[in-house]
Amino acid sequence: MPSLLGNVFKGWADYSKANEDGGHHDYEHMYAMSIDLDKCTGCNACSTACYAENNLAWVGEEKFGARQAMNWMRVERYFDEPDVGEGSPDSLERGASFLPMMCQHCNGAPCEPVCPVAATYHTVDGLNAQIYNRCIGSRYCANNCPIRVRNFNFYDNAPTAWPAPMDQGLNPDISVRSKGVMEKCTFCVQRIRGASDKAKREGRELKDGDIVTACQQTCPTSAIQFGDLLDETSEISKAWKRQQVELGKYEQNKENPEMRGYRVYEELNIDTKVLYLERVREV
Amino acid sequence: MSNTKHLTDEQAKDIDENIAWAKINKDVLRSMENPRMGYWVALAFSVCLFGLFIYAEIYQYIYGMGPALLNTSHMWDLYISTFVFWIGMSHSGTLLSAILHLCHADWRKPIYRFAEAMTTFSLMTAGLFPVIHLGRVWNFYWVMPYMSDRGIWPNFRSPLIWDAFAITSYLTSSVLFLYIGMIPDLAICRDNTTGWRKTLYTFLSLGWRGDDAQWRNFRFTYLMIACFLIPLAVSVHSIVAMDFAMAIMPGWHVTTFPPYFVAGALYSGCAAIMTLFVLLRYFLKFEEYMTMPIMDKVCKLTFVIAMVWTYLNLIEFASVWYGHDIPSKEVLMAKATGPYSIFFWGMMVFGSVLPFSLLSQTVRHNMFAIFFVSIFLNVGMFLERWMIVTPTLSLGYHPQAFNVMWPGWVEWAMVGGSFGWFGMLFLIFVKVFPCVSMYEVKEMVYHRKRTTFADVDEMMELHTGVPGPAPKTQETGGS
Repeated sequence: MPSLLGNVFKGWADYSKANEDGGHHDYEHMYAMSIDLDKCTGCNACSTACYAENNLAWVGEEKFGARQAMNWMRVERYFDEPDVGEGSPDSLERGASFLPMMCQHCNGAPCEPVCPVAATYHTVDGLNAQIYNRCIGSRYCANNCPIRVRNFNFYDNAPTAWPAPMDQGLNPDISVRSKGVMEKCTFCVQRIRGASDKAKREGRELKDGDIVTACQQTCPTSAIQFGDLLDETSEISKAWKRQQVELGKYEQNKENPEMRGYRVYEELNIDTKVLYLERVREV
Repeated sequence: MSNTKHLTDEQAKDIDENIAWAKINKDVLRSMENPRMGYWVALAFSVCLFGLFIYAEIYQYIYGMGPALLNTSHMWDLYISTFVFWIGMSHSGTLLSAILHLCHADWRKPIYRFAEAMTTFSLMTAGLFPVIHLGRVWNFYWVMPYMSDRGIWPNFRSPLIWDAFAITSYLTSSVLFLYIGMIPDLAICRDNTTGWRKTLYTFLSLGWRGDDAQWRNFRFTYLMIACFLIPLAVSVHSIVAMDFAMAIMPGWHVTTFPPYFVAGALYSGCAAIMTLFVLLRYFLKFEEYMTMPIMDKVCKLTFVIAMVWTYLNLIEFASVWYGHDIPSKEVLMAKATGPYSIFFWGMMVFGSVLPFSLLSQTVRHNMFAIFFVSIFLNVGMFLERWMIVTPTLSLGYHPQAFNVMWPGWVEWAMVGGSFGWFGMLFLIFVKVFPCVSMYEVKEMVYHRKRTTFADVDEMMELHTGVPGPAPKTQETGGS
């Protein structure tokens, strides 16, 4: 019904369906990630690759210091308690622990229900998507994100980040965000779309390994894996199974408690989709 | 002032019962003509502050939210705490005009009009903040479910949407309530003014003549809106509380927030009434109407509400303390001992300890003391809202994001400027509209007279056994 009223009611029908199901339950894909912290050297290559791939504005030292940076992927450093003693494997002398952190694309994302204009929602790919055009910048989503991985455009960053002719080097597959808009890791949605379009053109199904995110591609130690959890044969679903971590559970029952796999903030029941493999420190 | 001092509270009448009705009209109409110099100083100050607000908003519009020094952890800060503060202020008017109206608390009559105006204007101030804090303020109307050709709806699960609905309906209702309660007075103004005022009041008084049918309809309408407004007021601040309670953050995700917010709202509203009571009494020479015994009752009411608020505050701390929600507990401990501790303890001292000074009759009968006490009560309530919003953002769940921020000048300018905007609207209101309800003050005088036995006897004699009430139509007296 191509009328004004028809569109309005169709929009309402879609909306209420999404509400009743608590997001889409008819997932076509379930993109997920796994990061092996034992392999992570904290080199920040993933973060750099993310800047290049996703047109992230650099904001300069001052704004970075004011925590107004636009880093979708950040390598967090944690130093263990300094008073555990030199002999302990957790002592400060052993250096920092690294935790690459980005949007976890939670299936029970706390950011989604609070957005007043529904600018952030769950796609059928299992991605937590952000519609820049729809965002009005109420920033409620970022306040409700326990991991603080949503970045807000506090300034109009583009003119300072890419003065001409540097704007010629921007990635044409993805937009440059204006001031007042929330943005965050998309699991390189432009690469996901590109790979599925390519598969469609070649008349075949998407296969494991077609989609490579920028951070995964760049990681020198291959600590990052990415793929479709609904595909039983994919490396990522094998990795999740190996660690006996399951979606939709906030308490993992593991046969072997020594298993390294965990997800962040499972106790909040936000159902994150990034599996972290704990770092093992030799004694 | 002096002759009430030696009387006990029970003995003191709310207002002098021998004031003639014509004098009431004259005094209130005069208040709209020649206020004291202080009025103009306050108005000029408010306009300047509002100019600062405009400047800050233009600056923020051009440069974005960055100069407010918000950061990735502190996405909301003073904007939202000031929003909650102003919403809180708006609850006093409804308390005085609607709840006390239903309770037949007569002492509210000389002061409810300005309290109701305060409700309206503080809502108009509060409504600014969710809008100006938007990153893309020019798209603020997207939160409304308007008919869009693209079939796009807002997200009805978001508490911000509930906010938008709650505030707009509360604002509409309270404007209506303020206006309807003013109609008989507007008719008096119409009959006693000339020039543009006459034109304005003629239009606004809707042809009020003061006949029986009009009074009957008026009373009914007024009562209906009062009954409608009370649940609305409670729901509005509960919904504002849900902005926080619906979130998952430690320190926000608190079940008792809705009643706690409502109590806090009534509290800060009462404190603001005390401040404005003192100011208006002085500016507009209302010493005969806004009297000490009435202030005394307002102070007692404030004290009671302060104790309710303190109780709810303490049980919130207790439930966090004895619960096993570690992040919430850490946020609570950080509030009391961390970088925000000075503000936290300031809130506790101003909000819970200072109201005990209202137990002293010396304080209750000293306008200067009341003025400063009420200001500091509201400082405490402002700190309370700040301490709800910001420490949670500083210390949420994620250790990497822990940090402390101090609001930038843009934020402070907006906060200060909002007082200018409120003061400007309020001061213009009291100059243009009668801020003491003439017809209801007349009821007080009349009513008190009727209740003395001597008067009843006199009347019985006059009418020889026909003690019916005096005709109501006289209430537009003086017109």
